[in-house]
Amino acid sequence: MIRYSSLFLILWLSLFSSAHAILTIEITHGSEGSQPIAIIPFEWKGKGTPPASLKNIIAADLQRSGQFSPLPNKDLISRPHEGKDVKYQTWRALNVGYLVVGKIHALADGSFQVQFQLLDVFKGRQLAGYSIRSLNSGLRRTAHHISDIIYKTITGEEGAFNTHISYITVTRNKNNKKQYQLAIADADGYNEKIIYTSPQPLMSPSWSPDGTRLAYVSFLAGRPEVHVQNIFSAKKEKLASFKGLNNAPRWSPDGKYLALTLSKDGNPEIYIMNVNSRKLTRITRSYAIDTEPEWLPDNKGLIFTSDRGGSPQLYEIKLNTNRVTGRAQRITFEGNYNSRPTVSFDGRYVAMVHRTQGQFRIAVLERGTQNFRVLTKGQLDESPSFAPNGRMIIFATEEKYQGILSAVSVDGRARQRLSIKNGDVREPVWSPYKVNK
Amino acid sequence: MIKIMRYFIILSVIVTLAGCGLAPLKKRGEQTNEDTTENQTAENKFSTPADDAVDKFASGDSLQVSSLNDPNSPLSQRVMYFDLDSSQVKDEDRDIITVHAEFLATHSEITVVLEGHADERGSREYNIALGEKRAKAVKQLMTLQGVAETQIQVISFGEERPVALGHDASAWNLNRRVEILYTGY
Repeated sequence: MIRYSSLFLILWLSLFSSAHAILTIEITHGSEGSQPIAIIPFEWKGKGTPPASLKNIIAADLQRSGQFSPLPNKDLISRPHEGKDVKYQTWRALNVGYLVVGKIHALADGSFQVQFQLLDVFKGRQLAGYSIRSLNSGLRRTAHHISDIIYKTITGEEGAFNTHISYITVTRNKNNKKQYQLAIADADGYNEKIIYTSPQPLMSPSWSPDGTRLAYVSFLAGRPEVHVQNIFSAKKEKLASFKGLNNAPRWSPDGKYLALTLSKDGNPEIYIMNVNSRKLTRITRSYAIDTEPEWLPDNKGLIFTSDRGGSPQLYEIKLNTNRVTGRAQRITFEGNYNSRPTVSFDGRYVAMVHRTQGQFRIAVLERGTQNFRVLTKGQLDESPSFAPNGRMIIFATEEKYQGILSAVSVDGRARQRLSIKNGDVREPVWSPYKVNK
Repeated sequence: MIKIMRYFIILSVIVTLAGCGLAPLKKRGEQTNEDTTENQTAENKFSTPADDAVDKFASGDSLQVSSLNDPNSPLSQRVMYFDLDSSQVKDEDRDIITVHAEFLATHSEITVVLEGHADERGSREYNIALGEKRAKAVKQLMTLQGVAETQIQVISFGEERPVALGHDASAWNLNRRVEILYTGY
C-alpha cells in the first residue's frame, strides 16, 4: 500500500512541485444518506505551522464522493490524536460512524512521517492504521492517499482521490491574444501544471492508460491534427494530419491504439490507428457524421456519435482484435440529441451530452438495465469523463459566461464545482489509475 | 486581426497542400514556403485581362479578380448562415454561392478556403464534424457549378472560433456559418 506513493509520486512531485491553488473547489450540493465521519485535525509535531491541512483535504475528498458527510469543526466534541485516547461512547451519541485521528511528525531532512488511524465508532475498534513517509511538497498527495485508504476500507471500492485531471484552458496573454493551454492538475483541482501552450485551439485531450501521455487535437497548423505528448518529457509527436478532420482521439484500454475521426475519405468516419505502426483500420462506413469514438473495456468495441438516423445519437459497434463484428447498434433513444459518449472503466455506464428542452446536460445510461438518468441541471454542460473508479463524473459547464469544471456523483447525489480565476476551462478528462500503483 | 487571419490561411493552405502531397498552389509567383508574407502576396496579384468588362451586377463569371477587394462587388458577401443542427444551405444563400462559383470556375488559378463553424451548444467534436458538413455542403454547390475540387479547401473550426461572443440566440445564429476565404485576398 505504501509503495503506491513511490516511483510515480516522486516523478510527479519533482516535476510539479509548485502548489498553486488556481482551481478552487466549492461544494454546491450535499448528499442525503451519506455516512457521517469525524476527521480530527492532525496533531502537528514540528516547528511553525504544517504546510497543508490534511484534515481539510481528506474531508473535502470524502465529501466530494457523495458517500460521506464529514463533521464540521465546531461539532468535534474532542480532539484525540491516537485511537487509545478516543472515548467511543461520546461519538456514538452523535451518531458518527467513523473517526479519523493522526499526527504529522516533521523530520530533520524536511520530510514528514504521517500516522493515522481509521476507527469504527460503533464497534469501538481500529479498521486501518498506517504510517506514511511524505516529502515536503507531497503532503497534499499523502492526504489523498489517506482518503483512498479510508474510502476503500469503508466502501470496499477503490478511491480515485490520488489521480489527476487534464483539461484545456483559454486565457488572454499580455498582448490580449487568446492562448490555449493543455493543463494537468490533481483530481481536486490543485497543483495545476500547464504542459503545452498554443495560440491556436486545442481540443479533446485523452490519457494513455498508463497515465504518461496525452493525445489531443491541435490547430497549430491552421487545421486539426492529432498530436501525442509525453507529460513528463514534453516530447511531442504528430500522429494524424490527413486531409480533412483529424479529431476526437481516444486511447484504447490496452494502450496500443487510438480511435479517432478522419474525413480523408469523404465524410467523418471512425478509424483505429496502431500507435506504433500508424496503420489505420477503418471502422465506420456511412454517409453521415460518425465521430467521438469511445472504447469499451478490453478493446471489445466502440461507442460513437452518429447522425445517420437524422439526429446525433450514440451507437455501439463490436470489435474483435480490431475487426468489426456485426452492425452498429443504436443505444440511445431519449430525446433528439445525445453525443460525446464516455464509458466507465468497468463498462457499466455510458455518460453523454443530452439535450432536453433546449438545455444541454450530462446524462448516464446503465448499459445492462437501460436505465437512463439526467444528472446535471446546467444549460451548456459537456465533456463528461468518469473517475477511474466509475463513481464520479467530471464535466465542463458554464457560469456567468465563464467555462468552469464541475463534478457529479454517478447517482446524481453530490455535485461539486471547480472554478478557475482567469479564462475558460473546458474538456476535463480524468486520468486512469497509474500502472505502477 | 484580418491580416493575421489572411496570413494564417495562406500558411495553412500551403501546409495542408504540401501535407497531402498535392501540387503547390499554382499562383503566379506565389511563394510556397512559410516565409510568404502579406506584402509578397499583395504584389503577386493577378493582372486583369483588359477585355474583362467590369459589371458589378453581372454573374460571377464576368467579374474580374480586382472585384475581390471591392466592397460593392457581389463577391464581398462571403458568409452563409445555417439553422440549428442543420447543414442545409438556405435558399437565400444559393445566389451568393453561385456568384462565387461562377467566378472561381472562370478563374481556375484562384483558391478558396471554406471555413465551417458551429455555435457553442452541444459537444465540441460533433460540432467540428457539423462545421465540416456545412462547409462541404457549400463546396458541393460550387463544384456542381464547375469549380475544380483543387480550388477548394474545407476546414472546420466547430465552435472554437465564434464571431459573436454572446450566449443567446442572436449570437448563436451568427456563429452557425460557413465563411468563404479567398487565398491571398
